[in-house]
Amino acid sequence: MSRTEIRPLIPERSEDPRSEVALTVNGQAVRRTVSVRMLLSDFLRYELGLTGTHVGCEHGVCGCCTVHIDGKAGRSCLTLAVQANGCNIRTIESVAGEDGLLHPIQQAFKECHALQCGYCTPGMVMNILSRFQEPEPLDLSEEGIRDILSGNLCRCTGYINIIAAVRRAAELLGRE
Amino acid sequence: MKPPLFAYRAPTTIDDAVRFLAEDTDAVVLAGGQSLMPAMNFRAANPSMLVDIQHVAGLKGIVVENGRIVVKAMTRHRELELDPDVRRVNPLVAEIMQHVAHIPIRNRGTVVGSLCHADPSAEMPLLFVLLEGTLVAKGVTGTRSIEAAAFFQSFLTTARRQDEIVIEAHLPALPAGAGWAFDEVTRRHGDYALVGVGCVLERDGSGRARGVRLAACGIADRPVRLAAAEAVLNGTTLAPADLDAAVRASADAVTQADDMNTSASFRRRALGTLIRRLVHTASLRAARNGTRQ
Repeated sequence: MSRTEIRPLIPERSEDPRSEVALTVNGQAVRRTVSVRMLLSDFLRYELGLTGTHVGCEHGVCGCCTVHIDGKAGRSCLTLAVQANGCNIRTIESVAGEDGLLHPIQQAFKECHALQCGYCTPGMVMNILSRFQEPEPLDLSEEGIRDILSGNLCRCTGYINIIAAVRRAAELLGRE
Repeated sequence: MKPPLFAYRAPTTIDDAVRFLAEDTDAVVLAGGQSLMPAMNFRAANPSMLVDIQHVAGLKGIVVENGRIVVKAMTRHRELELDPDVRRVNPLVAEIMQHVAHIPIRNRGTVVGSLCHADPSAEMPLLFVLLEGTLVAKGVTGTRSIEAAAFFQSFLTTARRQDEIVIEAHLPALPAGAGWAFDEVTRRHGDYALVGVGCVLERDGSGRARGVRLAACGIADRPVRLAAAEAVLNGTTLAPADLDAAVRASADAVTQADDMNTSASFRRRALGTLIRRLVHTASLRAARNGTRQ
């Protein structure tokens, strides 16, 4: 087909090879047949409707799409949905209680005004939560918190209030 | 962006995995995906097939025995960084790891994947060149060991054949009483190094340096041992004049041309500064009586 030719019909669905994936997302078993090149971030948003996982740069720099993959923070834009086959995925939607009660990390973000537009916040929260869940001791110095946050970009609040929120979260969780 | 189209295989045995690679010369190995997936999302890489090795039996974990650390193909950076046995026998590993990207990337990216990616500015290849690590590659025709010095051939190019999978990487423990240090110059913490230097050395009873090892990344098309500087420093008391001589001896090691990040002359100055600083730190950490403190 030449580049100038107008195509008669754009197929509704791509002709990509597809593969079945079965995984656990926020405690629920999920089974879907997806294109092998579908990113986990797109899988969560478009196949499952979990749009709390945000997509910023799609090359692992901004950290917006951070979710937990088998209990550890990872970039869902650098993970294929097929790679998550058999995995346990946790997204921001599972962090607050069923009754809407905020998780202490979310509460700390609210108290410290650690978000403005909120685009980076789900990735920030998932990353901080993962680090808090590690048995490795926390370094709550300014430098230590900056190191935890170094893989997440925020373009509006700046980081001062986010650093304060990490300290406050540690307080609320009795991690000081 | 989204990755270009590819065929996907998720074998459960190493034999199947290497067979898939052998059958398609444009097939590549997918481990943690922290270098490959960005390259594919940018459409800088366009492999015909991904052979995902995460389900292959026998490729997980870390073994520390007989003075060496065996890192399996699917071992993530963060696993190696936090492993208590690794920290005990080789504290340099955790020190270097602080500079490898960010924690969420280290949670997913594999050590062996970083070695096979072979970015000349990356920290893991430097570690293996510095300590003379070994890689074990398995292909359809058999398994072979490759010394780190021979493994890294050029920019993103290694001695691994296309149909081979590096199943293990071996790293020695530090000698008893050895001092160690690593640091790098970067624009931002977590970026690839503009220049990075690792140093290991021992000191004899009279305080003279022996077994000095120095290696650098970011200065050439691969990580390099600074053999001339090592030779200058061995047997000295690491006095300022000895360090001056070592820095002069390493100047020719910078072969990286000026690029968008910085100039070759800046790299040469940064290399000298790092050598002075890291030899000093390593010497402070080295026990004088040859036993670990």
